[in-house]
Amino acid sequence: MSGGDNGVYNRAVVHAHTAFFMEGNRWIMKAFLILEDGTVFEGINIGSKKEVISEIVFNTSMTGYLEVLTDPSYAGQAVVMTYPLIGNYGITPDMESKRAWPDGYIVRELSRLPSNFRCEGTIQDFLKEQDIPGIAGIDTRALTKILREKGTMNGMITVNENYDLKEILPLLRGYRVGDVVSKATCRESYVLRGDGPKVALMDYGAKNNIAKSLNKRGCEVTVYPAFTPASDVISSKPDGIMLSNGPGDPKTCGAIIDEVRKLYETDIPIFAICLGHQLMALANGAKTYKLKYGHRGGNHPVKDLSNNRVYISSQNHGYAVDALTLDGAVAKEAFVNVNDGTNEGFSYVGKNIFTVQFHPEACPGPQDSGYLFDRFMDMMKGAR
Amino acid sequence: MPRNSKIRKVLVIGSGPIVIGQAAEFDYAGTQACRSLKEEGLEVVLLNSNPATIMTDKDIADRVYIEPLTVEVVEQLILKEKPDSVLPTLGGQAALNLAMELEENGFLRRNNVRLIGTTSETIKKAEDRLEFKTTMEKIGEPCAASLVVESVEEGVRFAEKIGYPVVLRPAYTLGGSGGGIADNRGQLAEILENGLRLSRVGQVLVERCIAGWKEIEYEVMRDSAGNCITVCNMENIDPVGVHTGDSIVVAPSQTLGDKEYQMLRTSAINIISELNITGGCNVQYALHPKTFEYCVIEVNPRVSRSSALASKATGYPIAKVAAKIALGYTLDEIQNAVTKKTYASFEPMLDYCVVKIPRLPFDKFISAKRTLTTQMKATGEVMSICDNFEGALMKAIRSLEQHVDGLMSYDYSYLSGEDLLEELAVVDDRRIWKIAEALRQGISYDEIYDISGIDKWFIDKIAVLVEMEMRLKSEPLTAGLLREAKRLEFPDKVIADLAGKEESEICRMRYENGITAAYKMVDTCAAEFAAETPYYYSVYGSENEVEKTNDRKKVLVLGSGPIRIGQGIEFDFCSVHCTWAFSKEGYETIIVNNNPETVSTDFDIADKLYFEPLTPEDVRSIVDLEKPDGAVVQFGGQTAIKLTESLMKMGVPILGTSAENVDAAEDRELFDGILEKCGIPRPTGGTVFTAEEAKKVANELGYPVLVRPSYVLGGQGMQIAINDHDVDEFIGIINRVAQDHPILVDKYLQGKEIEVDAVCDGEDILIPGIMEHIERAGIHSGDSISVYPAQSISEKTKRTIEEYTKKLAQSLHVIGLINIQFIVCGEEVYVIEVNPRSSRTVPYISKVTGIPIVPLATKVIIGGKIKELGYMPGLQPEADYFAVKMPVFSFEKIRGADISLGPEMKSTGECLGIARTFDEALYKAFLGAGIKLPKHKNMIITVREEDKEKAVEIGRRFEKIGYRIFATRGTADAMKAAGVKANAVNKIEQESPNLMDLILGHKIDLVIDTPPHGAERSKDGFVIRRNAIETGVNVLTAIDTAEALITSLENTNIRKLMLIDIAKI
Repeated sequence: MSGGDNGVYNRAVVHAHTAFFMEGNRWIMKAFLILEDGTVFEGINIGSKKEVISEIVFNTSMTGYLEVLTDPSYAGQAVVMTYPLIGNYGITPDMESKRAWPDGYIVRELSRLPSNFRCEGTIQDFLKEQDIPGIAGIDTRALTKILREKGTMNGMITVNENYDLKEILPLLRGYRVGDVVSKATCRESYVLRGDGPKVALMDYGAKNNIAKSLNKRGCEVTVYPAFTPASDVISSKPDGIMLSNGPGDPKTCGAIIDEVRKLYETDIPIFAICLGHQLMALANGAKTYKLKYGHRGGNHPVKDLSNNRVYISSQNHGYAVDALTLDGAVAKEAFVNVNDGTNEGFSYVGKNIFTVQFHPEACPGPQDSGYLFDRFMDMMKGAR
Repeated sequence: MPRNSKIRKVLVIGSGPIVIGQAAEFDYAGTQACRSLKEEGLEVVLLNSNPATIMTDKDIADRVYIEPLTVEVVEQLILKEKPDSVLPTLGGQAALNLAMELEENGFLRRNNVRLIGTTSETIKKAEDRLEFKTTMEKIGEPCAASLVVESVEEGVRFAEKIGYPVVLRPAYTLGGSGGGIADNRGQLAEILENGLRLSRVGQVLVERCIAGWKEIEYEVMRDSAGNCITVCNMENIDPVGVHTGDSIVVAPSQTLGDKEYQMLRTSAINIISELNITGGCNVQYALHPKTFEYCVIEVNPRVSRSSALASKATGYPIAKVAAKIALGYTLDEIQNAVTKKTYASFEPMLDYCVVKIPRLPFDKFISAKRTLTTQMKATGEVMSICDNFEGALMKAIRSLEQHVDGLMSYDYSYLSGEDLLEELAVVDDRRIWKIAEALRQGISYDEIYDISGIDKWFIDKIAVLVEMEMRLKSEPLTAGLLREAKRLEFPDKVIADLAGKEESEICRMRYENGITAAYKMVDTCAAEFAAETPYYYSVYGSENEVEKTNDRKKVLVLGSGPIRIGQGIEFDFCSVHCTWAFSKEGYETIIVNNNPETVSTDFDIADKLYFEPLTPEDVRSIVDLEKPDGAVVQFGGQTAIKLTESLMKMGVPILGTSAENVDAAEDRELFDGILEKCGIPRPTGGTVFTAEEAKKVANELGYPVLVRPSYVLGGQGMQIAINDHDVDEFIGIINRVAQDHPILVDKYLQGKEIEVDAVCDGEDILIPGIMEHIERAGIHSGDSISVYPAQSISEKTKRTIEEYTKKLAQSLHVIGLINIQFIVCGEEVYVIEVNPRSSRTVPYISKVTGIPIVPLATKVIIGGKIKELGYMPGLQPEADYFAVKMPVFSFEKIRGADISLGPEMKSTGECLGIARTFDEALYKAFLGAGIKLPKHKNMIITVREEDKEKAVEIGRRFEKIGYRIFATRGTADAMKAAGVKANAVNKIEQESPNLMDLILGHKIDLVIDTPPHGAERSKDGFVIRRNAIETGVNVLTAIDTAEALITSLENTNIRKLMLIDIAKI
């Protein structure tokens, strides 16, 4: 697969092949979503007109579309929103990173008039500014059912109505998300000042609210690029290390895993979220696997096995750790998903390390598990 | 945590009669809870005074008591049945209040009965204004500045400190009774005085007015381990100031960002945790539209109307889960009945939009103010589901059955400029139509928002619909445009009108272009998991996902739509039982209905549920897909009956009585022919279209006459006219709505009114029993006290009634149910009305006779014969019990409504008194209806001339049991002349002290005020009756009701009632 630096396929639009139609007094451009299994949805173009191939995943959140769009974990994927009315409150100052990450955006309907006191613009303009192509007006429920039944698959969003399935389908099947962490991580380290514990945040494609959640609790947070050597981090003598969320298949992060192993071997308290959680498990010999269609939404129940309490969590992951492959002497399973029993977190034996698959930083989604940041705070205080 | 094994026998308390603010939603919740308890193998004892409910069925509970909901009764019941636990959180405010009293007076403790589902501390913390405020302050949840006051002076002092306007909310009342917004001192004093009296604890909250903020609700569940989830949130389109029950509500919220959504969600979870609620809870918020500031308005620590709506909107069975939690289960142990893969500990995700519109009773109370306030007025509601907001709104509008099919149905085009802006400021049930007109006239979103406070997102959606109207009017109707109009759920008829075409042309064009409805599933999880719920809604422009089924015979059961006066929960009872009966006979059952409060719209009642408007077009789309073998219309009230003709045109066989025969009963001439053939007399009369014709007929018959439109339910528009003037007035009112059918003018006979329900198999009939009305003919049967068995008619008359019923049923070829109303004058029996369908009295007569009429009728409909079904045809032997069905009214909720009874139905619900003696049954019925006497032993009697004689005797009897009687001059003189002590009082137009002072003095138990006939003259007592009702005084407006009341009071003691388990009848 050739293309951009991370395998994203881009192609200039051939205007001769785009189709327009009139609705009222507006010209509307058609767009097509072509799935790897040959299914084609016809809708209308939103956002950029460029053509993309990406992995198609669905998110069931009813609010928080902006947080979803700006979550770096979506790098390399195109997102379908299952809630049909998107853009109702426009673009608010709630971005979870500096830009939007999905390769494409798929919705039932975009609101033509956003309404909210913090609204700064429309989602239509935002998608164009961010050069994200999208498609609206398709039966997103039917699409979601296909992804549920057949599993996550690749697809193309195009405005070229003379698409040729014979040419496209092999391209779709060949597409791989590739290394997206290097794209999503920050280029240089930076610091959020605070007078509490010093936290080193490893940015694998972190959402802003992770740093904010720590900073809000008084931490001084130093954010490091993903490929920072462990030695650099350790030598800065942090009180705690935070491994962030991030995009892609954790197994492709070999170099990072080696560094995580080094962090594991220190006595510094570590808290890891999502990709960070998977990397820590891999660094300890566990295996990860791809879920059929992932967990993406704000309604996933996770059970804290220490007290059997259930919390509703925000989730966004396509891969999971196979808990059976992690030696019980190394880590104990700390959280499980109530719906499907998949692993949601570990507590490392003899270590000040705990990791979760879900997103206690929320944004979007429920804030129920925010207490985990307090747990991390306590851990850092205890280790001091 | 597994189930608490100490819980073995549970008393479930229902919510009593349907009143405004407490309606069918509690039958739904209670039924679901009882089934959930029985599933666990528990013994369920049920108490509810409402016989029209499904929960009071012996299929639902093990022991069923249809007894008054008073502390005395519950105590006696607990002593009799010895349950180990009481579950009060599914019976609305009524059940919760009872539980509180039992807990406070120590009865539960003394008898080792535990309260499950809640604790008294929880109830107090949530419901007592002061405790609630303190609790909220403790956890840092903001409430609007407020003070609980116990006197008017205190209230005025506080209001003047925080500034007007202020909101007033009495503690412990339902549907916000007695509450309101006061703009100045005068209004404050008036509302406050009333509110203090209506509150059970004499407390009213005076609060900073946050009118105009967004009103948002969250439905939260919590288990005993402390796990919490929110089932759904809802946004009121009307900002704070309109009771949520009267607001148009959308789920989920549309204009909240994730920050606001999660802020309030977290708050709701903090609140339910602090209140230590185990089960369901509803939290209402006011959210400032321009900041993150919010206030907690109210918490309902129980299942509520909103939770019924949330259940139907999401598919999450709140009541069922609440019942399991009460037994000790935690959320992660309870399976999600929808997906069967996930557990109750998850949050539903919607991939559609839900709109609820209240059904308001202003068509019944013409004199009432249409304004909407914090006092709820709606009798019911409709809900619709679509994948876009505009479509959901359009579907909900046409589900209302109020002659509205879109945003043009109320014409405000005659208003312009200033007038329209002024109208927009009026908060009433037609505001969205006014907004549509404002948009048509080019008034800006900003201006509409400034006046209405309705978020511009919603205004824009109305604008989308208005723009579509314009396009349909101005552009050629292409397939593309039609497709878009259908996506927005414009009905064919509206499209046809706008495009200047025939409805049939639009329909044809749709089918030719493949523009048909697709059906999607409500699955709680936005398609993330495969679900098994057969719960569907329609959309245009999407793929259909209903699986084709044709292994069994298929029957379509049409529901009865929103609860309204005249068509209540009883028709849902019938629809559900019919569905179950068909199911037992091996049919695949399909229910179509749009009422979120009912049992019939629970997804596990029928094999398939279509949550859809009940219009011919919407039903046709379902028929196209399902191709049912037949449809049943006789159980769904007038809503279903009205669809008969359309169903036949679609080629769907009507099961049971045929359409021609339904027509024959309604068509005056055909019906007269049948009566003549059978030799059955009826009051003479004629059919007319105009006032002139009506007066001619009336004068030929001689006044008084009964004037009414044909094809209506609940006596809508029916009036007794005593002169030409009345006729002019009534015909005018009837003709406000264009009539497709003639108006009937009949001689008015003042005799005893008798009613029967019967099952007919084409040859034989079965009459479970004869019911007699206590009030004389002229008062709508739904508003009369109905007694079974009939008390004052002879054996011979009973035989005549049996014979007439048989002849009529046979002549009309009834297969299934028939309801007939007779007037008996001496030994003469006249037929006044025949309805070849189920009626209001079916649930009640089924329960008191123990004959399952609906299942029986259903079996007959599919070819069974009464004789083969194990019954002897004819009138059944009388039961050992007396049963009295008492109407219950909600007059105090509807400002300006005249409470005097007449041929037009006004009651919202009913309760039952059942006992070994007639007097006790009557007493229980009054008690169940909330008439609890004596308190002060003072009463007022003011009656019309023709009732004087009877009034004197009634007065004498009240005097004997210790009442002090006040009467207006004429009535007092008549009393004194007969030796009854009566204090003469001035009429209200005379100087003080007069009647009004007495009523406002709060020392009166009862007012007997019988208004004179005729529209004009009956207005005299209007002010008295209104004031009495609004100050919580019992008012009787029919002399016969008064007589029944004294009879029951003379002979009964509340402490010595005999409670009857109707499951054993």
